[in-house]
This record gives sequence, C-alpha cells and structure tokens, in this order.
Amino acid sequence: MKAKAEVAHAYTPGLKVQMTTTVRKTRRLSTFGDILVNEGDTVDFDTIVARTYLPGEPHLLRAAHLLGLEDDPKDVVKYMSKKVGDPVDEGEVFAECSLLFGLVKKSCASPVKGYIESFSENSGYIVIREPKTVVEVRSYVPGKVTEVLPKEGVVVELNAALIQGIFGIGGETNGILRMAINSPKDILDADAITDQDNGKIIVAGSMVTGEAMAKAAKLGVKGIVSGGVNYRELVNFVGHRIGVGITGDEQVGFTLIVTEGFGKMNMSKRVFSLLQRFEGYKASMSGATQIRAGVLRPEIIVPHKELSSQEVGIQDSIGGMKPGTPIRVIREPYFGAMGKVVSLPAELQKIETESSVRIVEVELESGGKVMVPRANVEIIEE
Amino acid sequence: MLDEINYILATDVGSTTTKARFFKKTGDEYRYVISGEAPTTVEAPYEDVTLGVRNAVRQIEELTGRQLLDENGIITKGLEDQGVDLYCTTSSAGGGLQMMVAGVVKSMTAESAERAALGAGAIVMDAIAVDDGRKDHEKVRAIRTLRPDMVLIGGGIDGGTISHVMQIAELVKSAEPKPRLGMGYKLPVIFAGNINARKPINDSLGDIFSLTMVDNLRPTLEEENTEQARAAIHQLFMEHVMSHAPGYNKLAKWTEVPIMPTPAGEGTMMRVIAENLKTNLLGVGLGGATTNVYSIVDEKFVRTVSANLGMSYSICNVMKETGIANIIRWLPFDMPEESVENRLVNKMNRPTTIPQTLQELVTEHAVAREALRLGLQHHKTLARGLKGVLRERTMEIERFRRMEEATYIDMMKIPVIVGTGGLLSHAPRRSQSFLILSDAFQAEGVTRLFQDSVFMMPHLGVLSTVHKKASWEIFEKDCLVRLGTIIAPRGQALEGEEVLTVTLEMPDGSICKETLRFGELKRVKLGEGKKAKAVVEVTRLFDIGLGPGNKLETKIEGGVVGVVMDARGRPLVLPEYHAVRKTKLLEWFKALELYPESFLEEVSKQ
Repeated sequence: MKAKAEVAHAYTPGLKVQMTTTVRKTRRLSTFGDILVNEGDTVDFDTIVARTYLPGEPHLLRAAHLLGLEDDPKDVVKYMSKKVGDPVDEGEVFAECSLLFGLVKKSCASPVKGYIESFSENSGYIVIREPKTVVEVRSYVPGKVTEVLPKEGVVVELNAALIQGIFGIGGETNGILRMAINSPKDILDADAITDQDNGKIIVAGSMVTGEAMAKAAKLGVKGIVSGGVNYRELVNFVGHRIGVGITGDEQVGFTLIVTEGFGKMNMSKRVFSLLQRFEGYKASMSGATQIRAGVLRPEIIVPHKELSSQEVGIQDSIGGMKPGTPIRVIREPYFGAMGKVVSLPAELQKIETESSVRIVEVELESGGKVMVPRANVEIIEE
Repeated sequence: MLDEINYILATDVGSTTTKARFFKKTGDEYRYVISGEAPTTVEAPYEDVTLGVRNAVRQIEELTGRQLLDENGIITKGLEDQGVDLYCTTSSAGGGLQMMVAGVVKSMTAESAERAALGAGAIVMDAIAVDDGRKDHEKVRAIRTLRPDMVLIGGGIDGGTISHVMQIAELVKSAEPKPRLGMGYKLPVIFAGNINARKPINDSLGDIFSLTMVDNLRPTLEEENTEQARAAIHQLFMEHVMSHAPGYNKLAKWTEVPIMPTPAGEGTMMRVIAENLKTNLLGVGLGGATTNVYSIVDEKFVRTVSANLGMSYSICNVMKETGIANIIRWLPFDMPEESVENRLVNKMNRPTTIPQTLQELVTEHAVAREALRLGLQHHKTLARGLKGVLRERTMEIERFRRMEEATYIDMMKIPVIVGTGGLLSHAPRRSQSFLILSDAFQAEGVTRLFQDSVFMMPHLGVLSTVHKKASWEIFEKDCLVRLGTIIAPRGQALEGEEVLTVTLEMPDGSICKETLRFGELKRVKLGEGKKAKAVVEVTRLFDIGLGPGNKLETKIEGGVVGVVMDARGRPLVLPEYHAVRKTKLLEWFKALELYPESFLEEVSKQ
C-alpha cells in the first residue's frame, strides 16, 4: 500500500496591523555614494538622506567600421583627434580618415554630449558615455536617524501605526489620510473623489472601481487604500496583465494598496478603524509587493506620538496559534471572515475536497463555528 | 556502516512549503513512515529556512512521538528513542536563477547559450546577439535594467574570428550589470565561446566580473556542446542558492550530505524509473513557483525548469500565458471569468492556502492542466535536434541547407509518464492526477502513468547519493504509484463515430470488450501489479502506434486507476460551445469518478 496523502500543516503568519510600533526603515542607495545626514538627526518625509552619481548611458560607436578600418581596428586610434577621457559634444567629429589620396573622407562623430570612455583595439568599438546622472534617496518616513551605513544609506526610526496590505501598485508616496467612505463595506466610486483630494491618501471600503482609479489619477490623488479591487479593472487601469507578483515601479499616477484581496472584499474592521482613527494625519505608503521567496508586502505607515510599542505590548505571533487567537480566513468559502480559534484538533480531518488535513475550529465574528484548514487562516498580528 | 542506518529524515525546502519525510528500517527493508509539512520561512519575520524545517519536523515528532530536534537542529546521532541516523535535504527555496545570455548569431550561439541556461534550471531574462535587431544602446540598456544573477556569453567557432564575440563582451562590459542581491559582489560571467578569445575576454572582463571559462558552446558550426556551460551554471546556481536563501548556511551544517536542488533530486529519480523500465519517459514536477519537465528519449536526458509556471507564486503567470479562456474551458460549471481571475490572484497573494471546496479544487486542476501543457511546450523547444548549418557538396557546388529543428518528443513514442509535485501528489483521488497528466500531455498510443505518492521524489533523489538501497526500496514500495494505463489513438472523427475497440483478457481469464465512439472515455478496473492481454483495434482514421487502421496486440499493466480508454481524439480538442463542452466534461469526469458523485450531479443540474 502506497503512502496516503495525509500530512500535517503549520500556520501562516499574518499581515501586520499595529496601532503603535517602532518602525525602522533602511534607506539605501543602489550603489555607493554620499550620506547627507548624521546619526541623531531628525528627518522629515522628504529629506534627502543620501546621494550618488550614476554613470550616464553608454553609446557604442563602431569606429573601425565608420572609418573603413575593419581589417585593422587597432589603427582607429591613429585617426582620433581626441583621446580616451576627453569630453565631446553632440555631433562633434573626433576621428577622421582620408582614403584614396583624399578622395574619400570618413569620420566618426559623437551621437551625444559626454566623454570618450574607452576604445577597444580588438573590436574597434568606442564608448561615448553621457554625463553622470544624480540619484537621491529620500527619508520616506519622518523620524530619527539611528544608524549611518557608510556610503550606503541610513536607518530611520519612528513611532507609528503600521498596516501591511496584501498587494500594491506604485512606489513610495505620502499624503494626508481621508476616509472617502463611511463603512468597510462601501464601494469607492468616482463621485466620492473631489478636487479636494489632490495630494491625499484616500481610503475605500470593500472595493475601488476602475472609474474611481482613473479620476484619482487625474485629480492628483497620492494614494488609495482599499479592501479589494477587481483584477480586470486593475489590469485595464495599469495597462498590462499582472503575471508574477512583483510590483512597485508602475507609473499610474498614484499608489494603490489592497488590504484583503481581489474582488469585492470588505476591509477588515481593524484596518478600517485604525485608518479612521488617524484620519487627517500625514502617512507614508508604498505599493511595492514581491510575492516570491522573500515576500515583500505593501505598507501604510502613520507616524504619531501616541502610545509607544512598549506601552501597548506587542503580541508575538511567532509563538503560534492557540484557543482564543484572533485569526482571519484567507480562502473561500469564508474568505475575509474574522474570528477566534476555538480548538486545534490534532487529528487529520477530511474536508469537502476529500483531502485529509489539519484543521482549526473557528468562531466567526459574524456568528457560528466553522472548520477551516489551518493553511487557510492567518493570525491577526496586533 | 550503511547497514547501521535505521532512521532517516529527508526534507525538501520548496519555495512555498517545506516537506519533511521520515523513513525507517523495518526488518531488512526501508519504508516510508510519515510526513510533516510547514510553510517555508524565508520571509519576515522569520527569514531563516531552518525554522520551516523545524516546524515540518515537529509535525513528525508529534505524529510519531519520537524526538528528532534539539537546540542545535536535527539530532543525527540516532539512539533507540530519539534522533535519526541520516538527514539529507533538497531545496528550491532561493527561487529561480535569473540570468542573461549573449551570443553572436541569434539563431545559433545565442540559442545554444539559452538552451544551456534553461537546461541548467535558470530563468533566461533576455538573449542578446549581434544580429538581434536592436541598436547597441538598446542592448546596453536592456542588460543594465535586467540585474541578472549571472551572464553566459557564447560566440564564434574555435579558431575563427574573435572580433564579433569581443563586440558582445564590450556590450556587457559597458553595461556594467549589477547583481540583484548585494553590493560589493562580483557578478558571475561564464564565457563559452571561441577558445582563441579567452585571453582578450579575460583582459577585458576579468577585473570587473567573476569570470569562468568553459568549453565553447559551438566548437564548430555543426556541433553543440552545452554540457560544460550547464555544469558551470549549475555550480554557480548552487552557490547562488546557498548564499542567498536566509538560513541556508545554517541548514547546510545540519547535514553531512550536500544539499541538492529540488529539480536535480526529481531528475535523479526520473532517470531511475527510465533505467529500470528500459523505456522512454516524460516526467514532470509541478511546483508552486516552477514546472520542471524531464524527458528521457533514446537515453538522452533533458531537463527544463519553467521558472514562471507554477501553482502558487506563478499561478497568475499561467493565467497570463495561456489566457483565462483556456483555464475556464476545463471547468464543468459556470463561473464568471472575473471571479476565476480574482480567485487565482488571491491564490498568488496567499500561496500556502489550499482548496477547501470542490469548486476551488476543480479550478486549481484546470490551471494545472494549462501549466503542464505550457511546461511541455517549453520543454519541446529545448528537446530538439541541433540547429545549424550543414555543409553539403553536390556536383562541385558547395551549398548550405538549414537543418530543421523539430522536437524529437513524439507522444506516441513516450510509453511512460510520471508526475510529482504538491498538486499531483496531494490530489484527493488518484484518478484526478491521472486525467490531469493525460489531458495536459495528451498521451498517445498506449501509455503507463505513474505518480509520486506523497511528494518524496526529491527526497529520495538526494538520499540515493548516499544510500542507494534505502532510496530504491522506499521508492519502489512507497513512492511510485502505478496509476494505470491509458489507450488513446491519434486521429479525429465526427462525434459518435465508432473509432476504437479494446479487447482485454483479464488476469482471471474473463474477456472484457469495449467499443468506443468518438468523444467517449471509459475506465476498466485492473489493479496494481495486474496485467491483461489487450487487442486494440482502430478505424482507418486512427493510429495506435502502428500506422492508421492497424491493430495492436500488447500487454497492459493495471494500476490504482485501472485502464482508461480514450476515444476523445488526438490532438484533444474540446467542444467550442460552452454547454456542449460542459456536458462532455461531466461525462468524462463521471466515467473516471473524478470527483464525488453528488458534486457532479449538482453541477449537471446547474
């Protein structure tokens, strides 16, 4: 008899929804550069903390070919009026060669303003490099610089509310939080967005419509936080189908964070009430999501000076699930339902699909007890 | 020494789930005992794969009552009541290897480089060639923005001109690609081109990159040699995974057996099956992030890893590649396209969840068919003859002819299909994996199907490197499930036309004769280890392997599903109209008792 497909399963850690926590953000350059702040400095949302200069775009010229020297590419250097390292202007001729007693003239002109970076004797290629470009890293969140990473960046620390979403679109931004709907069940449509929302982060309930997203982008809204969004409407808005879950570089006018999932999904009451509590506060948000080994979830950070994390006491969810642990169901047929663990039977149990799995008995907030595979719930991290 | 091994623990650290398998010597033979599974812990707040391994092993401790863990990890000094005598593991936790390839001629060296990279299990982000139609600055920009984990450069035949391959090297040098992970890390570059270019390549790239030189991919125009390049990629892949999956170095200290990549473990066992059955074989490992396809045809082994096809992390990419309509065509019930799309994105977002309802299970099975179909399509592009230029001399005139590059994978010549991976191994009914495999790969002729019982092929693959006897015994007795045989002639007819008659002489001497009309699917029960003499007759528009209309007499092996006679035609074309298709799907699902009868009845009343 072959082995039966009966295996045990551990639980999934949940998304963070914290009223007060110490957030540490590492702000790093993509390559080495200068750090513009010191340890102990206070920074604001948009303070530039590090800067570097990236080499400009390279342009390759087939100099040997242009000068008719394909057979002896190393001879190109003899006809150059400028040497490696010299600056050149756009259209400037820096190598010329006369053939057939001067009857035929061939030349090499720079396609861009920049400098001659290199010449290869083997291929006869010349690389013209455009001027350097400036790359700056902003603080993203206001707080105190607690660590300087030499040549790389800094760590900024602050007291804030932190909400992780399940999926996002668009990069880092900030703005004043505004509740655009009245309940976690409401749908955000275009009518609820006005000129006054320019520069703001607006909160939707169970869904944001395609029309609302288009209007938000047009009116200069900085961000939208919603319980759900329809995949097809999002694809139409972004302009391409989402294959792998790696986002953050989309240029769609604002940053979108989905807190529950795709489709019409009531925003969890905890997330809703937390955002409601901080309405009018300025918040940072990032839609960057990476769903692969080393998952990265989108986030909303609301800096505030109320209770610190030590005072409210953070529950360590790594400890695991036990009776009383608040959970959220993350798969059909109870997707989005909140509840508390009643029991964790050790024996494997057969579910509707006929799979034998480890289950958890849950008392739903909406009433009633249900059995759910342990793999289909996440612990609500407080 | 090996005889003293009584308890064995093996794990596979997958991209989504960490699977632990516990084996024990009972009497003189090794057997599988129990499994434990837990989410892989590469992400915050854990960021240490050993925590997932601990969680999975703890399940085994709970189920067996035997202590296997202490504060240092797995207890590998096996005592009477605790620990194991041997621990080994495979891994695909670090995700795929993302690389870039470059060559001189797009249809030749760049393709050879691509084949070497894909065959080594990498994701090829782009293939750059001198003649790829892009301007140089466009190529440079592409290289820059890719941030590959590795670059493979090919180009030029040995002893030929070096200027073209140097152009490619200059492009790579100008772009200065930075690795995705970590500053101050030299990007690995493998040069597999003209042997005479090694010195100038070294002069040009040696200081900037971590350069490895291997044999030319194309030493001559007619010859392709990807083995050394593959081995170099594989070696660097191992180093890449080892150094970049959080907690990996710690895990490596828990075992004395080198950690093997999951596809290597699976591939080892696929070869074992082909060698033992002395046959061609097509195998697949359907994972969360990747679909690994293995073929052994006339003793030639080819492995491909489709790094963007899978059932969790990559499920949306399957939907993107195949289109939502191709997924929905496998559903026997009505569900709006938008609802299916939302469910699949939600699965990607929460990759460790499992279907709780039958509707969700059937939807995942629909996606699995498409992932496997696309995986095989990808595999076929690599399992093919050499593309190149063949020089012929005819009547003093030298002329060149391009060789055709059709795949050599012909389903009629594949008598064995093997499936492994979470979805197939955990399918609640074996008939589900049977039909998923045969629908997706479109088995032709007479084909035996096997599957991995609880997903332990990677585990046994790594175990075989240190304990062949244990690996083989467990594989034979507890891992390899003989699903049965499918009889599927190639050809098309009109619905209802008679196409196939199968006469089976059963082990008890009774005769079972079935005649099938086009579009029908039937099952006859014939248990594991049982054989039946079969006469397969087809009409003149159909071929069972011996040419159109020819009769086949053979022996048929049974299995847990039995013998399935498939007169749906090959290639399998589903009815275009939704209502007709739904009726046919239900008919087929009922014939194989694929899902509970009450569910299928309910669906048919919709």
